[in-house]
Amino acid sequence: MIRRPPAVLLLPALVGLAFLVLPLGGLLARAPWSTLGTRLAEPQVLEALRLSLVTATLATALCLLFGVPLAWLLARVPFPGARLLRALVTVPLVLPPVVGGVALLLALGRRGLVGQWLDAWFGLTLPFTTAGVVLAETFVAMPFLVISVEGALRGADQRFEEAAATLGASRWTVFRRVTLPLVAPGVAAGAVLCWARALGEFGATITFAGNFPGRTQTMPLAVYLALETDPQAAIVLSLVLLAVSVLVLAALRDRWIGAG
Amino acid sequence: MKRTLAIAVAASTLLASAACGDTGDDEKASGGSRTLNVFAAASLTETFGALGKSFESSHPGVKVRFNFGGSSALAAQINQGAPADVFAAASPATMKTVTDAKGAAGTPTTFVKNRLVIAVPPSDPGKVAKFADLAEPGLKVVLCATPVPCGAAAQKALAAAGLKVKPASQEQDVKGVLTKVELGEADAGLVYRTDAKAAGAKVKGIEFPESAKAINAYPIATLARAPQPDLAKQFVDLVLSAPGRTVLTQAGFEAP
Repeated sequence: MIRRPPAVLLLPALVGLAFLVLPLGGLLARAPWSTLGTRLAEPQVLEALRLSLVTATLATALCLLFGVPLAWLLARVPFPGARLLRALVTVPLVLPPVVGGVALLLALGRRGLVGQWLDAWFGLTLPFTTAGVVLAETFVAMPFLVISVEGALRGADQRFEEAAATLGASRWTVFRRVTLPLVAPGVAAGAVLCWARALGEFGATITFAGNFPGRTQTMPLAVYLALETDPQAAIVLSLVLLAVSVLVLAALRDRWIGAG
Repeated sequence: MKRTLAIAVAASTLLASAACGDTGDDEKASGGSRTLNVFAAASLTETFGALGKSFESSHPGVKVRFNFGGSSALAAQINQGAPADVFAAASPATMKTVTDAKGAAGTPTTFVKNRLVIAVPPSDPGKVAKFADLAEPGLKVVLCATPVPCGAAAQKALAAAGLKVKPASQEQDVKGVLTKVELGEADAGLVYRTDAKAAGAKVKGIEFPESAKAINAYPIATLARAPQPDLAKQFVDLVLSAPGRTVLTQAGFEAP
């Protein structure tokens, strides 16, 4: 039985929805539809799009590699200072991305805390490189994954893990065979959020990795720069970014989250 | 399962939206006092900051609020309807985008000129001595993006000297270039003489004769949709006055 939702909830829900959808409507209404095809075919657009997709995907992979174990540590292993650590992990969420970029420069830049040794020992400098873009995106996006996976871990029934342990499974086997399948939807949701955040990353990227077409100029940077000289081009770029994000998010939601 | 997921999603999006709000306390209506909004090229940060202070002390109850940035970004903001009273650009071309859109009240006046210098970290790791050194392979050079006046001037100077430079990054404004040099991320950058001077010992400014081929004229204008047209005119008068000019030339600007 579905009853009519109460107006107290329905009204603010619709206002919220309208607020979220309205700017997208503005973008669509002002788009230069007649010249869209030729503008999209410009090599700079494709270059920026390719760079955005590649870096966001690599950043998500890094987040999964390091974020899932970190979430497990926070959710399953009691240790002193866990609360402080949990707060530290979420710092990039509340930090303005530009500040994150400055912090990255001071840590991993050519004169940075760690960066000077990377440069001296391996001749490795990260700013102004595509690797720098990936790092900036990872820094900003990782908390999304950690929070999501940690939440899923806390919500999962620990008795399955205990049962597996009493049957002689090692902690690693339990994690691999029991815990990970249990929280898979949480991991997937986290990865999607993480990817979306990385795709839209602007502040940390432009501060840490700079702006150069084909190397560090991702779509959001291209949009921002185009807005100053050619607003129509900025709208076209925004549309592309919007279409790609909606497509990917919709596809992934149906496959992973919807089934969760 | 679904619930924790939903909470995680909700919490993280909330936090993200909080983190993204970059132009936060924009319109703080202060009772009784008036606010003058001045949009000025990033290279005017120090000098206009000082002029703003003196304007405030001679106009009690008036608060001067600056928006410093790349001139092309500021011009775009003004054309999109940002509430600005005065616009001081680092090039006639960026000012022209505003006058073309009928955004300026009257004709802009050129108030100073500025030239480029090479900025290098004090230790000069790239061993830069002259303009042609910027084309050295392996040297990390940072320039302004071409839509920004300092980028246009850099391209003009490079073209005049017949140099080809592949920059490591194209920054949004001149202060972005300066920061990358100050932090030692770049071996060299092209900035205005005034910016190198304002940075003090943090960078070394190297003058080069080719800069004479790319001197920027800075126009200033009151804006057609200025919320405070009278204050806007008084501020422009201050910039053009003898004391105003002294502040500017002391910082390294040249008289028009």
